[in-house]
Amino acid sequence: MGKRFILPGFGLTLGYTLVYLTLIVLVPLSALFLKTESGGWQHFWNTITSPQVVASYKVSFGISLIAALINGVFGVIAAWVLVRYRFPGRRLLDAIVDLPFALPTAVAGIALTTLYAPNDWIGHLFAYNQPLGSFISPQTPFGAWLATQGWAKDFLGREGLRIAFSQLGIFIALTFIGMPFVVRTVQPVIQDLHLDVEEAAACLGATRLQAFTRVILPGLLPAIFTGVTLAYGRAVGEYGSVIFIAGNLPFKTQITPVLIVSKLEDYDYSGAAGLGFVMLLASFVILLLSNGFQAWDNRRRGVA
Amino acid sequence: MAGAISSFPTAASLNQPIRATSEPWFVKAVLIGIVFAFFTLFLFLPLVVIFQEAFANGTAVFFAAFSDEYTQHSIRLTLLTAAIAVPLNTIFGLSAAWALTRFDFRGRSLLITLIDLPLWVSPVVGGLIYVLIFGAKGWFGPWLYPDADMLAHSAIARFLDAHSFHIIFAVPGIVLATTFVTFPFIARGLIPLMQEQGTKEEEAALSLGANGWQIFWRVTLPKIKWGLLYGIILCNARAMGEFGAVSVVSGHIRGQTNTMPLQIEILYNDYNSPRSAAFALASVLSVLALITLILKTFAEWRAERQLAEAAAAFDFPVKR
Repeated sequence: MGKRFILPGFGLTLGYTLVYLTLIVLVPLSALFLKTESGGWQHFWNTITSPQVVASYKVSFGISLIAALINGVFGVIAAWVLVRYRFPGRRLLDAIVDLPFALPTAVAGIALTTLYAPNDWIGHLFAYNQPLGSFISPQTPFGAWLATQGWAKDFLGREGLRIAFSQLGIFIALTFIGMPFVVRTVQPVIQDLHLDVEEAAACLGATRLQAFTRVILPGLLPAIFTGVTLAYGRAVGEYGSVIFIAGNLPFKTQITPVLIVSKLEDYDYSGAAGLGFVMLLASFVILLLSNGFQAWDNRRRGVA
Repeated sequence: MAGAISSFPTAASLNQPIRATSEPWFVKAVLIGIVFAFFTLFLFLPLVVIFQEAFANGTAVFFAAFSDEYTQHSIRLTLLTAAIAVPLNTIFGLSAAWALTRFDFRGRSLLITLIDLPLWVSPVVGGLIYVLIFGAKGWFGPWLYPDADMLAHSAIARFLDAHSFHIIFAVPGIVLATTFVTFPFIARGLIPLMQEQGTKEEEAALSLGANGWQIFWRVTLPKIKWGLLYGIILCNARAMGEFGAVSVVSGHIRGQTNTMPLQIEILYNDYNSPRSAAFALASVLSVLALITLILKTFAEWRAERQLAEAAAAFDFPVKR
């Protein structure tokens, strides 16, 4: 320990860090807790378990999970392709991965909505009278079957598939904002893989697929879990990009952060604080989970 | 290490993986195709949409969007907000990175987790907490929004009311919420970089008689400048583009508390203004995002070089 205190400035920098952290983050966050308590625990419990709120949890946490898993699959493929293959446009792809980090969420929101709204860019391709949309038209057997399914009701419009203003739209927005996480956590791990292990697998008679599933993939798993958890954590709290594309219908396309805002607009401070407290708790659990996966990954790779 | 024997090509020394460690060409083609399709759908097309829609009604309409009084005000407010939040977080980031990478102490990893927290908290919660403190029904509400009874008794309340100083639905709240949301960016960029660079150069400077500030300005800062620059630029892009937290504390008063992202929302939902006006303003923030990405690529390249140079100077291996 003593050796680590050679350089000056410990008291000053740590003191400033703690003061600033306390003022900007810790004190405000504690307001959430105290305000929740001031409304009474019964009020808190009734708020966070009311049917509309529970429906919003399902939308927020459920669709975020699907989006994070999809990002898990495509993120691993993207990371693999970006590290292992050389092809024209690779550097461009590598640079654009971080776009969802840098692009303001409201800008992403209006761009994705314009892209997927029923009469717009991609959205109009899924009208029933268009080639792509005709597959799910109620006139086809598949479309007729789909129309009888409860879960599909939300996004089967009168004239075509509704991507924006349905749960599909929320999925698109959450996939967009979670994209960089899996790619950026898996990429360095693939970079560090030792080719000789794969050679050994090949020498021992493994096919390429066996080498991937039994040798490469187990090594990537901690990083994949970390990335998926991070993408999930980001998606659960997302607000800006979702409100444009979601439609925000209670029980269908209303995410929990939108509900917090509407409670604030009704001056229901303790209700908003209660929901905020639930969201904070969820982020904290997700953050701890991702730290756990990260530690597992570091142990596995022998990084300090 | 480099003897005559190792001049034989091994898989690791070749740029191209040999057959046993790579996929057949058609698998490669399919995977690359999937990645291009996924990126096009989710990343390239949204970008194309922004610029296409911004110029959909011609360049005259594009530029006309910026002559709007409220739009101009929103740009000024966004610049002001970033000009306060980014320097605050830069000083914090440098200070936190110094404390966390130069010293080992109990609770270090907990501190890193706490610094990370604002990244994972919903931006709406980031705004909500300041409303709970400074809002009309919040902790300090009675002082900031005094009733007649309070006014008679409290000098602070009289002073604040006379100067109509409010935090929520006003500029200070917007600055606070933005500072909260962009809080971790510079620190979490610098911590891994300074961790990897180590402290040998600083210790050498110390032994040659430099004091703390001299070490920081002449040794540490030149070593981390590219990582720091990228952190500042990312923090700035996020500060200018923050929507959720600012939306909660702003009150959406046109010409007073609307930042650029909030103005984009208003223009987009306003059926009297052309869609291109919202996208014109959005395209400005998108250019900022693209500049951020370019500088990130550049800064990564420079940071990698700085690290390699630092490693070569002291001849210790660096794990990348």
